[in-house]
Amino acid sequence: MPLSPDEARRFAALLEGQAEQLASRWTELVAAGLRGRLSSAELRRQTTDLRRAFQQAFAGGATDLGQDAAAELRAQLTELSSGRARQGFSATETAVSIYAFKDVTLEVLGDQSDAATLRDYVAFSSFVDQAALFTFDSYVRIRESIIADQAEQLLELSTPVVKLWEGVVAVPLVGTLDSARAQVVMERLLQTLVDTGSPYAIIDITGVPAVDTQVAQHILKTVVAARLMGADCIISGIRPQIAQTIVALGIEFGDIATKSSLADALRYVISQNKRSGR
Amino acid sequence: MERVPVLKIGDILLVSIQIDMEDQVALQLQEDLAERIVATGVHGVIIDISALDIVDSFVGRTLATIASVSRVLDAETVVVGMRPAVAITLVELGLSLPGIRTALNVELGIAMLGSREDDGEPEDDEPDPVVVTES
Repeated sequence: MPLSPDEARRFAALLEGQAEQLASRWTELVAAGLRGRLSSAELRRQTTDLRRAFQQAFAGGATDLGQDAAAELRAQLTELSSGRARQGFSATETAVSIYAFKDVTLEVLGDQSDAATLRDYVAFSSFVDQAALFTFDSYVRIRESIIADQAEQLLELSTPVVKLWEGVVAVPLVGTLDSARAQVVMERLLQTLVDTGSPYAIIDITGVPAVDTQVAQHILKTVVAARLMGADCIISGIRPQIAQTIVALGIEFGDIATKSSLADALRYVISQNKRSGR
Repeated sequence: MERVPVLKIGDILLVSIQIDMEDQVALQLQEDLAERIVATGVHGVIIDISALDIVDSFVGRTLATIASVSRVLDAETVVVGMRPAVAITLVELGLSLPGIRTALNVELGIAMLGSREDDGEPEDDEPDPVVVTES
């Protein structure tokens, strides 16, 4: 059952009256749940801020977490879950921190046991539930954004284009080559070709665990695009099993030069360079 | 209608396309180039497309035609400076511009034409200056 504006104001008064006791008891409960992974001064600051935010929301007559009066509270909850998500706490630990507020409030109400208080408490409890769910939501959202950021960083990290020799750049590919990564590799390589004016590129696939038709397709596209721009690509680092897979799958590399090691590829490029007199 | 200027530098005609390559412009360029090759008797043509954002199939085909026409007139054509985005788009569209030779920039394009000439004329007695400095 939802909170009525009257009840909200009663709770605002209660939270204000018992401010000190509520905050310290809440801090204790949360600290027990987190087993000392957060300093009690830090927790104290969080619970004090949250208590004040709850009190303000109730004082503003908030009967639902979505209302304008609860905006400050929502901001506080988002901040809390963002902090917890980044510090590596689990979603349960984060939500339980909010649920603990119910226990604390019950302790403060403890002595009075009439039906009206019970009704108030149930309504209050559903409001806190909303708050905890909100925390859970923002926790998940923040976690997802962290994961997306990391995936992007990984993509950046895993596709370096290195200059190997005058006029020769190399891309050592490490890890599985999916479409997104292949696209990044292709763009990076082609841009580096333009920036450095290198007429040769070596794609080293030593670190690619498996080559299927899709991966081969990506590599071929890169090679064709480089050719269109006037650069030659050599594929190196083909391991024995990979060579067998390539043949078994019937993948045709056509007239693209393939070498077993990066050293071979570099030697080949240098000899080509001499021959063309560049 | 806008026209693409054709510059003669030594034994090479240099065409730098700085405007949007509309179909009429491309056809006009094809005619202009054929005339200039005959008039100047050059053996190399460099077409710089580094300012082009879009190369559609028509422009691609025109470039191939220019290359074929020049070859008939005894001039090698090199297309230089294709942007990565253009190359990726062409590959995605499945257009690999067969019959067109490419280089990364004008400098490499000139080097390519130069080396081709050396290969093509074995009776040339003077030593190749580039090879001497390299060895």
